[in-house]
Amino acid sequence: MKQVHEVHFITELFGKYDGSSLQSYLEAGGFKPLQQLLAGGSEKILKEIDESGLQGRGGAAYPTGRKLRQFLSEKAPRKFVVCNADEGEPGTFKDRELLRRNIYQVIEGMIITAVCTQAGEGIIYVREEYTNIHDHIEQAIESCYQHNYLGKNILGSGFSFELRLFSGAGSYVCGEGFAMCESMEGKSGRPRTKPPYVKQAGFLNLPTLVINTETLSAIVSIIRHGAHEFRKYGTAESPGTKLISVSGKVERPGVYEIPFGLTINEIVNGLAGGMKNGKKGNFVQIGGASGGILPARLWDTKYTYEDFSRAGMSVGSGAIVVADTETKLLDYLKVVQDFFNHESCGKCTPCREGNRQLRIIFDKIAAGTATAEDFYRMEIVLDVMGSTSLCGSGKTEVVPFNTAIKYFPEEFAVFAEFEKRAVI
Amino acid sequence: MKTVMLTIEKKVTLTIDGKKVTVPEGTTVLEAAKTAGIHIPTLCYLEDINKVGACRICTVEVNNRLQAACILPAEEGMVVKTNTSRVRQLRKHILALILANHDSNCPTCIRNNNCELQTLANELNLREEIFEREYARHVDDMSPSVVRDDSKCINCGRCVSICNEVQTVGVLGFVHRSDRTKVAPVYDKSLAELSCINCGQCIVNCPVGALREKDNTDLVWEALADKSKYVIVQTAPAVRAALGEEFGLPIGTGVTGKMVAALRRLGFDKVFDTNFAADVTIMEEGTELLGRIQSGGVLPLITSCSPGWIKFCEHKYPELIPNLSSCKSPQNMMGALLKSHYAKMNGLDPKDIFVVSVMPCTAKKFEVQREELEVDGIRDVDVSITTRELAQMIKEARIDFLRLEDEHFDEYYGESTGAAVIFGATGGVMEAAIRTVADILTGQEIEEVNYEFVRGMEGVKEARIKINEDITLNVAVVHGGANITALLDKVKNGETDYHFIEVMACPGGCVNGGGQPIVPDKIKMEINVPVERAKALYRADSAVKRRKSHQNPMVKKLYEDFLGEPNSELAHKLLHTTYVNRQ
Amino acid sequence: MSKELELLTDQVCAGYGYDPVNLLPILQEIQQRSEGNYISEEAARIIARKLNITESRVYDVVTYFSALSAVPRGDVIVQICNSTTCSICDNRELVTWFEDELGVKVGETTPDNKFTLIYTHCIGACDIAPAVRINHDVYGGLTREKVRELVASYRAKEAVK
Ligand SMILES: Cc1cc2nc3c(=O)[nH]c(=O)nc-3n(C[C@H](O)[C@H](O)[C@H](O)COP(=O)(O)O)c2cc1C
Ligand code: SF4
Ligand code: SF4
Ligand code: SF4
Ligand code: SF4
Repeated sequence: MKQVHEVHFITELFGKYDGSSLQSYLEAGGFKPLQQLLAGGSEKILKEIDESGLQGRGGAAYPTGRKLRQFLSEKAPRKFVVCNADEGEPGTFKDRELLRRNIYQVIEGMIITAVCTQAGEGIIYVREEYTNIHDHIEQAIESCYQHNYLGKNILGSGFSFELRLFSGAGSYVCGEGFAMCESMEGKSGRPRTKPPYVKQAGFLNLPTLVINTETLSAIVSIIRHGAHEFRKYGTAESPGTKLISVSGKVERPGVYEIPFGLTINEIVNGLAGGMKNGKKGNFVQIGGASGGILPARLWDTKYTYEDFSRAGMSVGSGAIVVADTETKLLDYLKVVQDFFNHESCGKCTPCREGNRQLRIIFDKIAAGTATAEDFYRMEIVLDVMGSTSLCGSGKTEVVPFNTAIKYFPEEFAVFAEFEKRAVI
Repeated sequence: MKTVMLTIEKKVTLTIDGKKVTVPEGTTVLEAAKTAGIHIPTLCYLEDINKVGACRICTVEVNNRLQAACILPAEEGMVVKTNTSRVRQLRKHILALILANHDSNCPTCIRNNNCELQTLANELNLREEIFEREYARHVDDMSPSVVRDDSKCINCGRCVSICNEVQTVGVLGFVHRSDRTKVAPVYDKSLAELSCINCGQCIVNCPVGALREKDNTDLVWEALADKSKYVIVQTAPAVRAALGEEFGLPIGTGVTGKMVAALRRLGFDKVFDTNFAADVTIMEEGTELLGRIQSGGVLPLITSCSPGWIKFCEHKYPELIPNLSSCKSPQNMMGALLKSHYAKMNGLDPKDIFVVSVMPCTAKKFEVQREELEVDGIRDVDVSITTRELAQMIKEARIDFLRLEDEHFDEYYGESTGAAVIFGATGGVMEAAIRTVADILTGQEIEEVNYEFVRGMEGVKEARIKINEDITLNVAVVHGGANITALLDKVKNGETDYHFIEVMACPGGCVNGGGQPIVPDKIKMEINVPVERAKALYRADSAVKRRKSHQNPMVKKLYEDFLGEPNSELAHKLLHTTYVNRQ
Repeated sequence: MSKELELLTDQVCAGYGYDPVNLLPILQEIQQRSEGNYISEEAARIIARKLNITESRVYDVVTYFSALSAVPRGDVIVQICNSTTCSICDNRELVTWFEDELGVKVGETTPDNKFTLIYTHCIGACDIAPAVRINHDVYGGLTREKVRELVASYRAKEAVK
């Protein structure tokens, strides 16, 4: 295997400055991209983002340039940019690192996005589980206010931008745009139906741009170095770099910035130091609890949007959870199901009742009483949930189960086995 | 120069199941399909009230993608397929998922044969239970009015929207998440312990049997079987406008004669009309109004005949209690008179009289239990049952309702005017009051009796009525909690100059009360139920000769022989009451 | 009790301009400053009145979010992650250490009402799995000995309060 290295495009400034000091951020070259924008105008910046081919890093992979232009065309007296730092997908902790080690770049990304889309207010929506970094974020916001990077008439540009932190209160679904708006409005995080879309009528029914922490960070780096530098990494369809969170049974779990196109093998056995204690790899789950299960035999699959799509999964949140053969697939899926059964907002039938049924089935599997009929039920549930759920949570929850069935059919033969045993 | 703005309604054309349909922009695919003669199934959807897209049973294919039709705006060029095998399969499976979380024991269920879930399962040809059943078992039956059975709730959220947005009471809500999600009263208390106003609007909008009234028919049967009891029944105006629906008659059919006949068959000793007491109410309340106007008393005077509204006021607007009319509701005036005047007249011991009232209302069940309404320790009304419970009794007694010959109410307390019968619709009490008050103020018999401006379903109706050169009455009519809240906030802040306000807790008034027959949403989308029922009442009003309460000869006689005059000491003792600050 | 609660609620709500949009931060703050680390029915009623919203909305929000509670809990919430990575990395040992140290099972509160031990879903600390969150702080790479020290240090802090 060829030697693989991480790259440092988005994470360039990690460790290069004292993460809690605006002064040292400036010394490290911070806020130059913003100056560029204020000097050269937003059209140039938007073009740069278009050209970079950057896709949203929150999971849906929508082209960021197009997204910003659409939001620019929404006209309203108040418009909001919301940094999605809810990071709820199990196995994901890369936004945590961006907030902790490079918060000023996130803030700069928000200011740039706001200026380019003519939004006057911003919110950093941080998950409750990260309360231990809330102070750090608020201090950074505070010093940006003190030095007029935030507030009225930023750096004399005539543009004003108010930014604050909002803490979630413990809910995975609140990472979804509408659920997030609901919770910011003081309601339970149950997604609204579309249309209208968040960008048209989100927070307080005003145009709202929900954008991921990494996407914002990437915007700044792209402006700093130019789209062509970004495109030097990755593939034609998946340009640039991506932050991944590697965890589980590897020697060196952690956040790595990679160019798109590395294989899972290169990531697991290269960057992450190989399987822990030299155990045998079993599968990885890609992109969070709602991500696909990829068996070890397919670990030469390339980490790109296009290769994953062919494999029936997606990049998702950038998580890679690595399991060795000590983890039984069905036990693991029960944990995944448990997560969703805990987090589903309960609003729509397919997801609420589907999860109830999946729980019943996985309990039976654990108890050794599942039958072939339960497998038939499971397939119906996955079909209904994946195709008729109200929001992305129910729609994508089925991916781990469907990919597991696809790649590990033998594991599901147990249903028939159980039935046989029941007859005896 | 005046510029005239011409707004042209934009239209969109889409294809539904191969048929081109043109509808105004903003129409949902569900509504558009209706114009094409296709009923896309719904469960959580409640027109204008609950459009949440949660149950997903309305799934259709739009441009080959699956979408919920109830919340999807029709767009130009859309291609909608509502009847593909894929759609039918998914609907069945969604329904099966709902049924797995539901205690389906239809034969013993209150909603058997009038249940939207049952109907759908039947129509969609679901013939097997695919999934394992798992549902909560919790019944809250502590409230005198509303019983909630969790095992039947399908989490559609209709009652939540009704209780929070339409009634602005807000004791029912969603709680928890995931498969623990349920609809429950605040802090899982009983509705009896909360600020629930007992309106029953949640009941009549629930698609299934998860909400029902507290069944008191057993108490009525018991009394009827008790030889020592003299059992009198009284029926509220709105009951006759809806009872027929329970026996398959079209919405808006008046069935007074058959209803009276059925009550006699059931064995009541006397069948009286709450309308009589409605006429008395006008005498009492009208006098109170004039008194307050002339002596500078607390204004505006606010009507007190809707017990749901009374509890609403006691919880949310205790500062307006002095504005409430001290009059009891007609139901209780009737009871108090029956146990005093009628008892005396007929040599009966009040303790032997058992008064049953048939009401369109579940809040009346709470009202009859209020201590403030007792006279010398005797309850005015012993049991209050709903229109639905009466229908149930008629069915149980195996009476062929449709074949009954019309009969008349019994004498004296069966006598009433057109003013009384319209009490059942929003604006009715106001109109009845104006008819009498105007005559008294002018000292003339005013011929015009139709005050159209207080009729109709508009949420807040206001009028300035010029009685003569000196007197203009400023009045308002409001119904439904949200409208009430909006209006009373203004009243509270002194932003209004009304003399008199009619308030009814239920949207549309008593015709649409929480005790009335339950109409499936599919029909409510086609027919404006309160409007049709109200029509039956206005027809009854215009059919009679005497249309003003003070013209009721028996009411006149009652005052001459017994009460003296309106607001007399005896009238106060029997017919007026006090209220409680519940904040 | 009622007066204190009224005062606290008013103070917090005033800080947020009595705007119901701020219900989440308001509830989080009131919970943190309330005995029992939860939103009581009485508190919910007062909050609803102050913000002019329905009680059912308050109860909905309190039961919906994991960080809010409608029932009393310990002052220290020990949350053991039970999500994908932590289950792969075998959090069962961690669970027994905490159960032994606190003398309660997962889901229970210590008799002195100081500690509540619960499972949680991913807290974003998968790189140090199996992880545990104690109030606002996150710990990984624990041993039985470290768990003992950790619990002792929180006990000491609580005793000072
Ligand atoms: C259930 C659910 C959870 C989500 N959680 C997150 C999250 O934690 N962080 C995030 O950035 N996006 C999350 N998303 C995606 C967001 O809805 C949204 O697409 C994204 O934040 C947009 O940002 P982007 O364009 O930068 O990707 C979630 C979506 C769903 C349906
Ligand atoms: S899919 Fe799940 S999370 Fe999304 S609205 Fe439905 S129940 Fe809620
Ligand atoms: S609610 Fe409907 S489906 Fe359920 S038991 Fe009653 S009648 Fe049957
Ligand atoms: S009876 Fe009225 S107030 Fe009570 S729960 Fe039902 S809708 Fe709400
Ligand atoms: S009680 Fe009835 S109306 Fe309310 S959510 Fe349940 S099924 Fe729907």
